[in-house]
Amino acid sequence: MSLLSVTKLSTHYAGSGGTLRAVDDVSLQIGTGETVALVGESGCGKSTLGKTLLRLVEPTAGSIEFGGEDITRLSHRQLRGLRRRIQMIFQDPFASLNPRHTIRDILTAPLKVHQVGDRAERVRLVGAMVDRVGLSRDALDRYPHEFSGGQRQRVGIARALILNPELVVCDEPVSALDLSIQAQILNLLVGMKQDLGLSYLFISHDLSVVRYFADRVLVMYLGRIVESADHQTLWASPKHPYTAALMAAVPNPARRKQAAPIIGDLPSAQNIPDGCRFNPRCPFATDLCRAEEPEFREIGAGHRVACHYADADLPLIRQLELS
Amino acid sequence: MSALLRVENLTVRFSTGEPVRNLSFEVNEGETLAIVGESGSGKSLTALALMRLLPRSARVPSGKILFGGRDLLSIEESEMRKLRGSDIGMIFQEPMTSLNPVLSIGKQITEVLRLHQRLGAKVARARAIELLDLVKIPEPHHRIDEYPHQLSGGMRQRVMIAIAVACKPKLLIADEPTTALDVTIQAQVLDLLDGLRRDLSMALILITHDLGVVGQWADRVVVMYAGRKVEEALPDALFGTPLHPYTRGLLTASPRLDSDYHYSDGPLLEIPGSIVSAAGERGCPFRPRCPDARASCGQAVPELLVPSPGRLVACPFTDIALERADVAALSH
Repeated sequence: MSLLSVTKLSTHYAGSGGTLRAVDDVSLQIGTGETVALVGESGCGKSTLGKTLLRLVEPTAGSIEFGGEDITRLSHRQLRGLRRRIQMIFQDPFASLNPRHTIRDILTAPLKVHQVGDRAERVRLVGAMVDRVGLSRDALDRYPHEFSGGQRQRVGIARALILNPELVVCDEPVSALDLSIQAQILNLLVGMKQDLGLSYLFISHDLSVVRYFADRVLVMYLGRIVESADHQTLWASPKHPYTAALMAAVPNPARRKQAAPIIGDLPSAQNIPDGCRFNPRCPFATDLCRAEEPEFREIGAGHRVACHYADADLPLIRQLELS
Repeated sequence: MSALLRVENLTVRFSTGEPVRNLSFEVNEGETLAIVGESGSGKSLTALALMRLLPRSARVPSGKILFGGRDLLSIEESEMRKLRGSDIGMIFQEPMTSLNPVLSIGKQITEVLRLHQRLGAKVARARAIELLDLVKIPEPHHRIDEYPHQLSGGMRQRVMIAIAVACKPKLLIADEPTTALDVTIQAQVLDLLDGLRRDLSMALILITHDLGVVGQWADRVVVMYAGRKVEEALPDALFGTPLHPYTRGLLTASPRLDSDYHYSDGPLLEIPGSIVSAAGERGCPFRPRCPDARASCGQAVPELLVPSPGRLVACPFTDIALERADVAALSH
């Protein structure tokens, strides 16, 4: 059974220019111990989806079942218990850490709120967590500004994991970090997952990182999942032209000075195109694509694609490489 | 090929230290030189030093920046002002903070043309529309009267590029031009920059932290660490046999889309620690993080060696690097 099961979830915002459909009829599952990556460009709704799962943003429609319970119906008081079980790691730990609290305060606060252990037990837990994330004990009496970006992200991870959650939503956790630090943090996240049996929803725009880190990948475009598959299948044979275009756009020394495959910007989520929402940017769009929104259908074991031409003989990624 | 720009022994000093130290490199006419490094490497300060746009608290105690036979460090500010935006253009990471939010983009492009080329209002406007077209902004007649906030991030960066190339510079300095952009837009902007480089016969200094960008778009690469050049090479050589332990570390630490190495296969090879200011430090700046550091590495800053023509490396132990490269090739 899935740890998390999201069904027909929508999160809309009312805006002056019309309703903004940030998350639009999304269904997904995350299994226990699984790392699911959510990839897409800025504005595709991936961060809103992550926040909706914790009900930091309220959904407009749909259900979110976590451990068999529909959490969209929980009262705010009941949500507190949920927060112990689902936690979040943010892109910029500095913005998410109170600058006037020491690391000890930051890590002790969740334990106090959730009434975990007595004083001595909390001291022990905080000390053990600081060791585990690779900070020194004297870090406890220091403030967030005294740390480098990588060390701050270690604090962010420690805070998210101190309550021993089951699911952690990681929103671009390594995007703001230098390359040499990125590997350290990714290794730490993998180690924590293996030690604690965590599940991750890993929100990222960086396909190279996702290829290393994810068990399963969801590709999101303008509020909707357009392709989902396990990691081997997705990288070997992407079926949605958007997935293929994202992969082809990643800088690659093998494609010396070659042109970008797609043109144009992501349209606004206030003005979603008719038919397939990717059609204005798709090099293969036909009249059918402009008229009819494709169904998100299963084309192989665990491989779902929202494209009318997902069964095309020549994989689209090859076509993109040839064009 | 002749050098368009030659930087010799450039040092940038603040009261707190020297974030750029004794840096030398050349840019040839029409080529793309990538300067790659992480935060704290000094790459952005180098760009600002070339434009003489360093903060007031900075000093340049030594060095030369030779461009068109003149040392940019010794010419008058009025002369420098003529060069900026005409012979040398620059674009930055975040176009929103470099564009004036209360002026239309047309106004911001024509300003450059009227100042440097003394064009009249009408001619400048026509030329601005041409420039918007050149940087592939759709409907330039309409877009010219829009304001920066009406444009997407990718379009804003195109406007910055239009301003930077308005006077057909011989050199364009691009400091992390696509870091704030999505990959699909990044690919388009880099493609545009490369096309302009070719069509306008301009040289490009591409400052980036992204090794993929370097590999795809650079003709030559300078790797910086803690204010110093640690390696210089052609991209193929750099990626094939990285000689400096830092370059090697960067390449092995980064996950790659073209490698099926997965977390279930094992951890990424980390570079331990983080970049520390080399102020007051003797010896190789990378020594505290280097897996192959020896006692002798703490005695003096390694000199730049020339293991092969066009190749420079600031590490005397490249034989280790070559052995490692063989092992890495076998294990991949």
